[in-house]
Amino acid sequence: MNWGSLENFLAMGGYAFYVWGSYLVTLGLLVAEIVLLALRKRSALARLRLHGTAAQGDR
Amino acid sequence: MNWFKYSSPQSFFPVAGKLVPWFGALAAIACAAGLYIGFFVAPTDAQQGEAYRIIFIHVPAAWMSMFLYLVMASWAGLGLAFNTRLSGMMASAIAPTGALFTFLALWTGSLWGKPTWGTWWVWDARLTSELILLFLYFGFMALQAAIDDPRRADKAGAVLALVGVVNIPIIYFSVKWWNTLHQGASVSLTKAPTMAATMLTGMAVMAFGFWFYSIAAALVRARCIMLERERASEWAADYARGSA
Repeated sequence: MNWGSLENFLAMGGYAFYVWGSYLVTLGLLVAEIVLLALRKRSALARLRLHGTAAQGDR
Repeated sequence: MNWFKYSSPQSFFPVAGKLVPWFGALAAIACAAGLYIGFFVAPTDAQQGEAYRIIFIHVPAAWMSMFLYLVMASWAGLGLAFNTRLSGMMASAIAPTGALFTFLALWTGSLWGKPTWGTWWVWDARLTSELILLFLYFGFMALQAAIDDPRRADKAGAVLALVGVVNIPIIYFSVKWWNTLHQGASVSLTKAPTMAATMLTGMAVMAFGFWFYSIAAALVRARCIMLERERASEWAADYARGSA
């Protein structure tokens, strides 16, 4: 498929809102999931370092 | 090889950690290739113009929403049968990613329905059963979050997940069993696909990309859950110190 120009590509034959609305939300949510997972891991590790040695056996 | 060795969080944790970058890289490569095929190789659709290009995320997301539910329910069932800790952790790790793809299937479907059907939403069997799938994922997560003891939360969630499996064939066959606005399957196990080869290739490559992404995301989340639940154990504390 040859779009000819960037404008044509972005216009998506008049369906820009629907096509890009789908792709951008998908991208956004996947990126959000990755960021949330990184934050979750960081906080789990921080919590372990805080309590790990001091509170053995104590849940 | 003794597979039960890897059913303990302690021995699965490092294995999962090694697998994540590989699946992440495969996901990035497949999605890049799939998007290239979808936007630059696949031709314009004769009837729908460029609007059909939503297919390259809509169909893979819908496949993943059902497939991840089956995988989640399988882990949940294993957990009920063998009472292994890892099973419940894996089921919980898959649920949010499954819900994400279910939402994306509905969202992209809505954005595709408006220009082609003239409506964002109809209460037909396919759309409604997919919406029920989203509520099953939410219900599973809410039920688990509501129970303090993780092992009991796993068991309650597992029962819900297994009962909900009945919805998967309903989604899949809804377009055959009922008259739906949603079209029938263009790709099935029994017939030759009814679409251009490049469109099909783009869709399949994107499906692999989403598949690898889901594996990577679920493994990362499983590792978080292991660190959270096993926080009283020596290995988790050691890992936290080592990664400081």
